Amino acid sequence: MSSIILMVLGLGGMALGFFVYSKFLAHVVFKLSDSFKTPAEEFEDGIDFVPTNKFVLWGHHFTSVAGAAPIVGPAIAVIWGWLPAFLWVTLGTIFFAGVHDFGAIWASVRNKAKSVGTLTGEVVGGRARAIFSIVIFLVLLMVNAVFGVVIAKLLINNPGAVVPVWGAIAVALVIGQAIYRAKMSLPLVSIVGVIALYFLIYIGPSMPVSLPESVAGLSPSAAWIIILFVYAAIASLLPVWVLLQPRDYINGLQLFVGLAALYAAVLIANPTVVAPMINVDVPAGTPSMIPLLFVTIACGAISGFHGLVASGTTSKQLAKESDARFVGYFGATGEGALALAAIIAATAGFASLADWQAMYHSFGQGGVLAFVNGGATILSAGTGLDMAVAATMLTVMAALFAGTTMDTGLRLQRYIFQEWGEIYNIKWMAKPLPATLLSVGTCLALAFGAGGADGSGGLLIWPLFGTTNQLLAGLTLLVVTVMLVRKGSPTFYTLAPLVFVLAMSLFALLIQLKGFYDKADWFLFTMDLVVLVAAIFVTLECIAALKRAKAEMRLSSAGD
Amino acid sequence: MKKTLSRLKYLYQKASQAGAEYYNAPYRAAIARARRDEDDLFMLLVFSEMMGIPNPAGWYCMELQPLMLERFHDWHTRMGMERSPLDNFRCC
Repeated sequence: MSSIILMVLGLGGMALGFFVYSKFLAHVVFKLSDSFKTPAEEFEDGIDFVPTNKFVLWGHHFTSVAGAAPIVGPAIAVIWGWLPAFLWVTLGTIFFAGVHDFGAIWASVRNKAKSVGTLTGEVVGGRARAIFSIVIFLVLLMVNAVFGVVIAKLLINNPGAVVPVWGAIAVALVIGQAIYRAKMSLPLVSIVGVIALYFLIYIGPSMPVSLPESVAGLSPSAAWIIILFVYAAIASLLPVWVLLQPRDYINGLQLFVGLAALYAAVLIANPTVVAPMINVDVPAGTPSMIPLLFVTIACGAISGFHGLVASGTTSKQLAKESDARFVGYFGATGEGALALAAIIAATAGFASLADWQAMYHSFGQGGVLAFVNGGATILSAGTGLDMAVAATMLTVMAALFAGTTMDTGLRLQRYIFQEWGEIYNIKWMAKPLPATLLSVGTCLALAFGAGGADGSGGLLIWPLFGTTNQLLAGLTLLVVTVMLVRKGSPTFYTLAPLVFVLAMSLFALLIQLKGFYDKADWFLFTMDLVVLVAAIFVTLECIAALKRAKAEMRLSSAGD
Repeated sequence: MKKTLSRLKYLYQKASQAGAEYYNAPYRAAIARARRDEDDLFMLLVFSEMMGIPNPAGWYCMELQPLMLERFHDWHTRMGMERSPLDNFRCC
């Protein structure tokens, strides 16, 4: 089948979602009104609360939420064939992610731009707030561990990308200094920065770097994981303007360039989808598609992480309430488009079905490597770019996304440890350096605990990460739904995704629990059990909170 | 020609503004907060005596006084004053 058909159907469906369904949500469900004074307008202080142009805000929201996860998830999930992943990404973006992100911004804007965590406490209850902070900690822990493994894999698979990936950090450092110290003009700096980055990508393949067979007794994979965490720990302690800000900026530019290039290449080259529609011949050990598909693809279909961005910074900058539709729903659509590109790359970028099957020889394999190799084939066919350069470009794109998520994630994890240090009066834990070391330690323990001595099996926790991410999304949807109940608005459109996501998460956790038990993998078994307990509490909390809200409504209507 | 040039200049400025907004928006708060903290500290240090807060710096730096004396002597001679100009702080 032609991949252009896949692209047109997917992007067309998402566009329809944005132009039709999101308008319905805005008018009938959330009942947006421009006469409502947004927090940005009400508390404008030039620091946190700043009314911002909706296109700029969208760009910022989209680049904060889109990272490596919408690439890794779909690229793993196509092992069940292209159709299930395609349907879940397209329908998930339209009916799940869009509603969730849009709803999270709306809920926060209607509550003085408070974060979802605080709202869970206020709207649902104190117990839910505690569960929320545990779930968030688990999400951060897993995302950091998994992304360390992913980048290590990428660097070993493509030694030509080592120079540009680390070089990009040097470029970002220079950009930061040029803008803050030398006050140079941004367009000039951006153009020079992007040229420098692409120059590094161009020369990367001619100066490959591989680690020796054994570095201080460690395999290359383990050594890279440790180097990456040392880097992330340092990056997360630096002032944000030194590295994080310029790096986010060039990553954002990279995202737009990469996405446009990939779709343009698909249009020109029109590669054929070689993967089966539904893979009936899955490798041994692959878990059942239902429910695992729905947790393997979290970002790109629905992801709780977005709610944190939506209610953390985006809601404080929304100039008009009606902008929530564009920023939230269209932001999710952008991420869906990235996930769709990953699906096309991982299913149409291979010469034959046999090549594809060789890549996906077992569950958890393929993944981001399939995206890089497949995407590079398409890019070089479409644009005439050298194959090695194209592969390096995509490797750098994926590694930089994962890297940014890692150091932001580590910073957030450190804040949680510091907060715990203050709450429980543990003095040393409240300090930045020990808290960072604790975060790195827990992530490394997870990466090596799950992935073996060289950490290469760490991707096994990907579905667990997806599940936890979905639980977070479930809590956000719960906040939105309870608010809708109290307002007397239709709740079906947020309640249905909530029920579906929770059911699939619980189901997936049980199936995986049995899998880990059969394999006697006690580390992952315990991890799964922890998430399962959290999931059960979330479910109970949902039932109780909705019952309470409905009872309140009945009482107040009886009183009228 | 002139018209296209000015048009291009206008577009460049527009792009520059949007870019700056895109670059700064996500980190505006974090940077402003760090700066506010530094400003607070500076204010407290400079005006501490005026606000009736004993300045801890003097107390904690007392041990450094012998080292400082030489510097102080150097300073007042450099400034063209033979002796210490301060009544409550003698030198030579």
